[in-house]
Amino acid sequence: MYFLQNYDAAAALPEAVLAVLAMALLMYGVFKKGDANDHVTIGAIVSLALVAVLVIFAGEDKSSAFGGTFIVDAFARVMKAMALFGSAIAIVLSAHFMKRVKMARFEYPILVMLATVGMMMMISANDLISLYMGLELQSLSLYVVAALNRDSAKSSEAGLKYFVLGALSSGMLLYGASLVYGFTGTTTFPQIAAALTAGGSTLGLTFGLVFIIAGLAFKVSAVPFHMWTPDVYEGAPTPVTAFFAAAPKVAAMALFMRVMVSPFAAVVVEWQQILVFVSIASMVLGAFAAIGQNSIKRLLAYSSIGHMGFALVGLAAGSQQGIEGVIVYMMIYLISTIGVFACVLAMRRKGEYIEQISDLAGLARNHRGLAFVLSMLMFSLAGIPPLAGFFGKYFVFLAAVQANLFALAIIGVVASVVGAYYYLRIVKIIYFDEPAEKFDAMDGEVKWVAYAGGAFALLFAGFANYLTTLAEAAAQSLY
Amino acid sequence: MIAALFFYLFASVAIASAVMVISSRNPVHSVLFLILCFFNAAGLFILLGAEFLAMILVVVYVGAVAVLFLFVVMMLDVDFVELRQGMLNYLPFGGTIGLIVLLELALVLTSWAIAPESITNAASPSTSGVSNTEALGQILYTKYVYYFQAAGLVLLVAMIGAIVLTLRHKQGVKRQDVSTQVARNPATAIEIRKVEPGQGV
Repeated sequence: MYFLQNYDAAAALPEAVLAVLAMALLMYGVFKKGDANDHVTIGAIVSLALVAVLVIFAGEDKSSAFGGTFIVDAFARVMKAMALFGSAIAIVLSAHFMKRVKMARFEYPILVMLATVGMMMMISANDLISLYMGLELQSLSLYVVAALNRDSAKSSEAGLKYFVLGALSSGMLLYGASLVYGFTGTTTFPQIAAALTAGGSTLGLTFGLVFIIAGLAFKVSAVPFHMWTPDVYEGAPTPVTAFFAAAPKVAAMALFMRVMVSPFAAVVVEWQQILVFVSIASMVLGAFAAIGQNSIKRLLAYSSIGHMGFALVGLAAGSQQGIEGVIVYMMIYLISTIGVFACVLAMRRKGEYIEQISDLAGLARNHRGLAFVLSMLMFSLAGIPPLAGFFGKYFVFLAAVQANLFALAIIGVVASVVGAYYYLRIVKIIYFDEPAEKFDAMDGEVKWVAYAGGAFALLFAGFANYLTTLAEAAAQSLY
Repeated sequence: MIAALFFYLFASVAIASAVMVISSRNPVHSVLFLILCFFNAAGLFILLGAEFLAMILVVVYVGAVAVLFLFVVMMLDVDFVELRQGMLNYLPFGGTIGLIVLLELALVLTSWAIAPESITNAASPSTSGVSNTEALGQILYTKYVYYFQAAGLVLLVAMIGAIVLTLRHKQGVKRQDVSTQVARNPATAIEIRKVEPGQGV
């Protein structure tokens, strides 16, 4: 700690600890004779939990490190805790799956840990360069884990596609960042904000801003930069998909919020219209494209595109209330998605994992608990009160209405009604179709994660107050 | 005086070796002349006071790029004599293009006006008495230590990724085991038999 203080780095203690633990586990995995996978997996989960404790109990105040390029505030703490939670649960869900499909390799938990370091760096980024470094660390790890099943053509295709498109989006982001640097003369967020308040917006700066938004929209898979999402979700191994859908989305959305609100607050009018378009396009595409899907992973990919659209509604409002709405939305999205993917991982017949929606037929007669949990999660994702998903949508639409974005809010509500069709179709298949064969017995941890996700969706109203207070404090620290 | 002497030495050797790179018949000689050319360019950088650039030139170009060239030239069976055979056929066409580029360069250079203040700005020696290398080191390892470490992590991920995605442990492949090789002694390795004359073993 003293050493870190010497280098003006005390605020980055959790990141440093996680990176060091990841490297230590890597060494252990490489040098251990025999199979290190079990130990490394447990070590990774424990490390992520430990770092989450460090993040949460790091104090209340705002602090920065490395000459102000790295910032820790209430917002960063909440988002980091969510990202760490998502990563840890993704590793928990992966353990049995990887063994069954003979893909168990100790590098997977380590790559997830390093990706999480990248996410934490993204969330704490207060400078264009640290933004990029964090983003790249996270993305590079994700490209590798997408192609983890190297004997499957689909998985390799997913990894390659993700890598090529990701590199393109990084290029766009860098181009935008260089333009912003050129027109403001600085890379740190507070100084960019100061330059914009003093000098206003210029054409070149708007150009840069558009490119940065394009790069970030790719990372949250918002339309029109969403094309990779269905293929990558389908091709990657299911626990990896569960990881992709949860923690990286939270981190990318956090980065999106910080970049829009912290340096570019003075030019709200410039980015508001872009975000309104991106969010409408995402909501509409998410609602319509998911209708014809047969694979549940592809369906969830389109569903996550739609959800990113809803979250961006709050950001497009450009107000503190909107940010608060996005944070609550991402909390609910994170836990619901993890719950749904736990249910998908429970779909196993004669030792084989299956992922067609039709395989769920008549689930209610064979597995009542799982059927109920999955239905609750589907109702929640559709946004039906009093389940969790309703509150998320309520907060973001409320912010949009208060920012006088009536058209956006109305289109959002219409899109969520259209989207409800395919969520309800799954509920219908579960409860009213002729039952198919039984699934194999669920793994203990998958069962608990699924049930916890269902319980969260069902009982959200009970502790909504606590979470919204948390989100309010986080949103306040950003302004 | 002595600086001027060294300038002409480095410059003339650099030009001469550059000519030899494209004119020598043996491609390995070409690469070796290229390395000589890089060394002389590094010498010119030192004369300009840019010792860091000189080091980088030697480390990166000579140490990595040129050696890579050398490997490629020696590994690939490229018949350079055959490659050159069509040279005379293409000479008029290539010569025309070269001429056009030369004319364009002449046009640009004759109308080029150098702002007088840019010359004073061009060489900006550090005021605090630190050398280039020291100043770069301070920026890279002290001011930007966070980015430096982050870049290190990115490279680590790239390394893990390359190994995860490509390394396969094949069964039944004989591997070299240095310790067992070294531990061999005559008693385990050699068997002495008495062979009767006129009979095989």
